[in-house]
Amino acid sequence: MQLMGRQSWLFDRRPVILATGTVVGPFEGQGPLAADFDHVHDELSIGQDSWEKAERALFEEAAQLAAKKAGIAMDQVRFLVGGDLMNQIISSTFAARTLAVPFIGVFGACSTSMLSLATAAMLVDAGGAPYAMAVTCSHNATAEKQFRYPTEYGSQKPPTAQFTVTGAGAALLGRSGSGPVITAATIGKIVDFGVKDPFNMGAAMAPAAVDTILAHMNDLNRSPDDYDLIVTGDLSKVGHRLALELFAREGFPIDKTVYSDCGMMIYDYEKQNVQAGASGCACSAVVTYGHLLNRMKKGELKRILVVATGALLSTISYQQGESIPCIAHAVAIESGVN
Amino acid sequence: MAQNRKKPPGKKPPGRGVSLSPEEYRTLAKQAEPKRNAFANAVRAFLVGGLICVIGQLVQTVYIEWFGFEKKEAGNPTVATMILLSVLLTGFGVYDKIAQWAGAGTAVPVTGFANSMASAAIEHRSEGFVLGVGGKMFKGGRPGRSSFGTVAAFLVAIVYMMFHPELIKGGK
Repeated sequence: MQLMGRQSWLFDRRPVILATGTVVGPFEGQGPLAADFDHVHDELSIGQDSWEKAERALFEEAAQLAAKKAGIAMDQVRFLVGGDLMNQIISSTFAARTLAVPFIGVFGACSTSMLSLATAAMLVDAGGAPYAMAVTCSHNATAEKQFRYPTEYGSQKPPTAQFTVTGAGAALLGRSGSGPVITAATIGKIVDFGVKDPFNMGAAMAPAAVDTILAHMNDLNRSPDDYDLIVTGDLSKVGHRLALELFAREGFPIDKTVYSDCGMMIYDYEKQNVQAGASGCACSAVVTYGHLLNRMKKGELKRILVVATGALLSTISYQQGESIPCIAHAVAIESGVN
Repeated sequence: MAQNRKKPPGKKPPGRGVSLSPEEYRTLAKQAEPKRNAFANAVRAFLVGGLICVIGQLVQTVYIEWFGFEKKEAGNPTVATMILLSVLLTGFGVYDKIAQWAGAGTAVPVTGFANSMASAAIEHRSEGFVLGVGGKMFKGGRPGRSSFGTVAAFLVAIVYMMFHPELIKGGK
């Protein structure tokens, strides 16, 4: 593993994504990517008696699915890297209690998917573990309850609001085997342009995404045409448009590649009332580990850059009138056998 | 601004960080927000709010005409019926869907208040009846403010009556 430039890693051993596990709730099952997920639940409660337990159940199921699909017992997984949106990341810690795997808890809000994947890749690449797993989850009702209003509360959401994805995504990494490989990662710095509206997180996060993408290209001396697809985590319609505008102003040739956003892929804007699009830790996790890796397996994509974005606010910081600090972490994934 | 980057020199190196100032960016972000049709929203709120009031009036008329209530007495069962309807719609997960379409129309006092209390009660049921339902039912915007107002008015009235004991005797 080498440090490249200021904030990027190049993984010499190219850790392999041996298998992934993706589970989603019923609403995501009605979206256009339903066929890419391992399990679509019929009930938002996931058969549990509280939303919080439901979120944990999703995490556990995704982790177990990834291990099962790779044919590896859970106790062979040396480290579990995970996080979620709940206060004190209780979904991940409670699920890790059940899974009984040494646990590294991380918090990056919705950037947790790539933060955990980069951390797990670093562990495997550095020889710290033969197998490591990155998992993250989110649940619409727990996020609504913690950050917004009770789920059934009648309030009108503005068109900039986003819909938190119910689901969990897990990626099992190994030193060798067949599957897509992780070749590089860029850890983002916190960027805060003073946006304060928690119902417009796409606008708050767009500068962080652009900052990380520019840093990635600079550190690794790459350009957008080195990738078949650059995808941000959950900027959704408003943030995606702003990111495009920022790229244009920096003279960055984003049009040399396909630039898309996971938050705009998982739901059907015509049929599903999700305002600007999707958000949540699970958004970039299930879209990447389900849909995008499937497209890589089919040979449609060879090299992609996933840039998960996170809004690092809390209900307290918001009520105290603070702006929203944001972050984005990028991971480069390539098809191929290691 | 809480933004941690060096001021770009006269000629910035290509592609290292966003060179827009936070103020410029916020102006840009404001422009990128999809426009909300305030007029259509107001019309919908007017129609739905009015419709809820018409239903309330119908219920009151039914109590007066069919069940022989006096006009003065019919108010309480009418409010109770509207609360019941709102709580049922909240429980079945419909009220928030109507509210997304109707905006302020569903915030009309009785049904809106019942929805905010019921939704919080359902949400925090898993945290127990006392600390969950009891403690959090009044949390949130509207219920918090209205119940705070009601309780505050009640306390002020008690203090007021302590200084004007003749008011108590003056009752029925």
